[in-house]
Amino acid sequence: MKMNLAADLIKCTAYELAEKLASGQVRAREIVDAYLAQIEKLDDKLNAYIVTTPESARLVADHVDLAVEKFELKRAALEEVGTWKATKVLGENCSVAVDDKGELHPLAGIPVAVKDVVVTKGIQTTAGSKILEDWIPPYDATLVKKLKYAGMPILGKTNMDEFAMGSSTEHSAYGDTRNPWDFERIPGGSGGGSAAAVGAFEAPLAIGTDTGGSIRQPAAVTGTVGVKPTYGAVSRYGLVALASSLDQAGPVAKTVLDAALLQDIIQDYDPHDSTSLAVARTNTASALAGARGGLEGAKIGVIKELNGGDVEGFAPLVKKQFDEVVEKLKSAGALITEVSLPHVEYALGAYYLIMPSEASSNLAKFDGVRYGQRVSGQTAEKMMCNTRGEKLGDEVKRRIILGTYALSSGYYDAYYATAQKVRTLIIQDFENAFKQVDVLISPSTPTVAFKFGDKLANPLAMYLNDITTIPANLAGIPGMSIPGGLAEDDLPMGIQLLSSARNDGKLYEVGAALEKVLPKLSVAREVSLL
Amino acid sequence: MNYDAAISKYDPVFGIEVHVELTTRTKMFCPAPNPAFDNTAENLKNPNTMTTPVSLGLPGALPVLNRQAVEYAIMIGLALNCEIAPVSVFSRKNYFYPDLTKNFQTSQYDLPTCINGYLDVELEDGEVFRVEIERAHLEEDAGKNTHIGGENGRIHGADYSLVDYNRAGVPLVEIVTRPVFNTGKRAPEVAAAYVRSLRDIFKALGVSRAQMERGNVRADVNLSLSPKSSGTLGTRTETKNVNSFNAIALAMQYEITRQADLLDASKKILQETRHWHEDTKSTSAGRPKSDADDYRYFPEPDLLPLKIDSAWVERVRSMLPEMPAERKKRLQAEYNYTDLEMRDVVNAGALDVIEETVKAGASTSGARKWWMTSLANYASTSSLTLDEIAQRVITPQQVAELQALIDFGEINDKIARTVLDAVIAHEGNPKEIVKKRGLKVVSDDSALIAAIQDAFARLPNAKEDIANGNAGAAGPIIGMVMKATKGQANGSRVRELILQKAAK
Repeated sequence: MKMNLAADLIKCTAYELAEKLASGQVRAREIVDAYLAQIEKLDDKLNAYIVTTPESARLVADHVDLAVEKFELKRAALEEVGTWKATKVLGENCSVAVDDKGELHPLAGIPVAVKDVVVTKGIQTTAGSKILEDWIPPYDATLVKKLKYAGMPILGKTNMDEFAMGSSTEHSAYGDTRNPWDFERIPGGSGGGSAAAVGAFEAPLAIGTDTGGSIRQPAAVTGTVGVKPTYGAVSRYGLVALASSLDQAGPVAKTVLDAALLQDIIQDYDPHDSTSLAVARTNTASALAGARGGLEGAKIGVIKELNGGDVEGFAPLVKKQFDEVVEKLKSAGALITEVSLPHVEYALGAYYLIMPSEASSNLAKFDGVRYGQRVSGQTAEKMMCNTRGEKLGDEVKRRIILGTYALSSGYYDAYYATAQKVRTLIIQDFENAFKQVDVLISPSTPTVAFKFGDKLANPLAMYLNDITTIPANLAGIPGMSIPGGLAEDDLPMGIQLLSSARNDGKLYEVGAALEKVLPKLSVAREVSLL
Repeated sequence: MNYDAAISKYDPVFGIEVHVELTTRTKMFCPAPNPAFDNTAENLKNPNTMTTPVSLGLPGALPVLNRQAVEYAIMIGLALNCEIAPVSVFSRKNYFYPDLTKNFQTSQYDLPTCINGYLDVELEDGEVFRVEIERAHLEEDAGKNTHIGGENGRIHGADYSLVDYNRAGVPLVEIVTRPVFNTGKRAPEVAAAYVRSLRDIFKALGVSRAQMERGNVRADVNLSLSPKSSGTLGTRTETKNVNSFNAIALAMQYEITRQADLLDASKKILQETRHWHEDTKSTSAGRPKSDADDYRYFPEPDLLPLKIDSAWVERVRSMLPEMPAERKKRLQAEYNYTDLEMRDVVNAGALDVIEETVKAGASTSGARKWWMTSLANYASTSSLTLDEIAQRVITPQQVAELQALIDFGEINDKIARTVLDAVIAHEGNPKEIVKKRGLKVVSDDSALIAAIQDAFARLPNAKEDIANGNAGAAGPIIGMVMKATKGQANGSRVRELILQKAAK
């Protein structure tokens, strides 16, 4: 066995690590230790994690190494990531599983970071809120079970805007997460922690959740890849709900292929989630095919309303970089057309009625009665008011008030019901668009990462940051952000790809091909490698 | 004002909401055991043991609809002549209360599963009223609060409160009537008979334990008065959780006179919920209720619309058991009971036990005789229902066996009553008791003839009188024979033999 420098390990993609593990060049424990060392070194400043779990991460890595070295278990081939299914866990105190052939998952031993909105048994889950401080869940989210079966050590829980409400991670009760490219800037949100962790080599892979862009926008501003799968493709069981009809968990990674690997692990039909879908796990296969096949003949539509030209708030260099990427697509043989989504201009308005309405109801359970923090009061009602008054943040209260108002009798039809009709029109817009093209393209965000505090005083400006990502959530379609190069202040911008529902594979195919023709980003400026 | 005076001035209009707990194995939206499945479950005594992350409303938990609960709702809908909606939708009813784990209740709102039904309700004297049903919808139950330290377990003045979520998530069907008009004086009877009919239907369908006293069936009574033939509706009150048939009638009577008094004094009736007090047989004001209560209903985004195709409905329809009203008609015809006999049997709650007794081989008149006389008396002295007697004291099979002993002439009615007492005293089955105690009818003709000759010898005139056609003269002879056989002779056989012997 070769000696591996920790710096070399954390630079690797998950795919490369899996190859090294398969060939015996590295042990799972070395990989976990390398990432824990990077966290140790950097996270005081970066603050990507709310809590780290080094002991359990090392334990899982040791279990994997033991399974391979002592019990001589084989690993399934990387191509089998889409068909591997856990059939038996290795032991009572070991959550690592094998499939029906007795083989470990190909990614067994590769660590992952999990956004703190995902419920983890025995590990504090706060959703970025004071009200859930010290809450230790008694159960695992379905996707966490899948990570555990796959033998992926969980490095910790990543920072986020409180209850995933925000686009900057400034609304976390556990401090700001910084952008690995510029510590003065936001890492995006709500999943700033997951994106920063991957961008700063504190994790090779991370789980995010995306209600209006919370995976894609942080990925765009940190130079990482983030994917919001088709609504229902990944189980929501165990996600602390923001807006049930919009929430979707997905991968954050360094490359399109890595994201595909992670999505193939967590994506599955789940009988515990009534809105779950059975979608074939062909994302890795699609990414590999895309990387081999190129872009020749790919039918790609530039979204007229979100091309950065006609819409207020798009930064010039973001627009310029986007146009250059479109040119690259053309020269690579893609068929580019302009496609109109006429109702997309109403998306933001509809979103900011539906999301707060559902949130106002979803967050009602945080009342101090059953779990989490409690601030006492003379009566049950006063106790609830005191608890919510003291332990919920301003942005959360703002959205609860918005949603409560929008659902009120007499306003319901004007607001919530109308927003749902707009949603139907947007779904139809996308259906029409995907009759013409395979994939739609736009900038992932209107701007590069803004500075801390820039938009805190103006919530509307903060909300406008989501204008490009929200339509996919309303329509339930998959969306991907991949690094599109550098724009203003030499900061990363993202390219967003969208495809039709259940066609996540198409995103991975085109995304992997596009990734090849785009320049590779350097290591983020504020980050040094061990 | 007394009740009759109130009724002479005002027409009562009422509506009833009935909640019934379904006996699915698991809860409405999760695999936690359902306490309504087994009222005696050991776990019930231990608070918060029949739960999952879903029924505790833990962050991240999601509901999955119980298919059996839906099927039970379809059964109830069909039994109440409802249309079954091809698409129904669960909504969230949002309000804060500690017994509600998510601070919203998942319930059907504007698109319920069953709509537009009716139930024909028969009163004790046979008069029938039709109660129209607006809807029957599925919803989940809340947990239970217990207030410690306050007066009478009320929240006011309590030191602290405990919450038990074992009941949280129990599947319920709520059945809502349309306003019921034109029942006049009989409104309380109609209301009670309606809930009793529902209870019987739930039992027949097997969808609920349907024990009122256990809270498996709970009724809320809405009532308003309108001045006679005014055509205007009054303000209604809703009396919550009136949980026996008797209490429903009494609560309604009370509200009718209370509201009439207020109206007569030109006072306003407050739209409010009221509580029924079993001890004082009266209602008291609860919280004021206005139509403006804003529950911010919206469709539950964690559940898909519930689609019920006609194939499912027809399959359920084909499996429906016989409804209580049809069964009553059928059994009356089969048993050849008069209307009056049948009504008495039904009102006494004896139909089930009589049917069981007939099934066990008894004649229909014999079965009715036992359950409507000796055992009915026993029921009133022991305060047990006939069903309970059949379960715990004497089984229908034992009653049938007793009747068979009479029918075969092995014992007579008088001995039978002795045997019955012995069965009730748990001495064994009728046959065993007869054997053990040597209670057999003397059916040996030679023993009877000897006793008759003996009697003739003591009353020689009687023999002559009988021979001359005076049948009445047999009476004293029969009495002497019965005495000689310690009452164990078959009376009709004795009479036959006396006539024979006297004629010679």
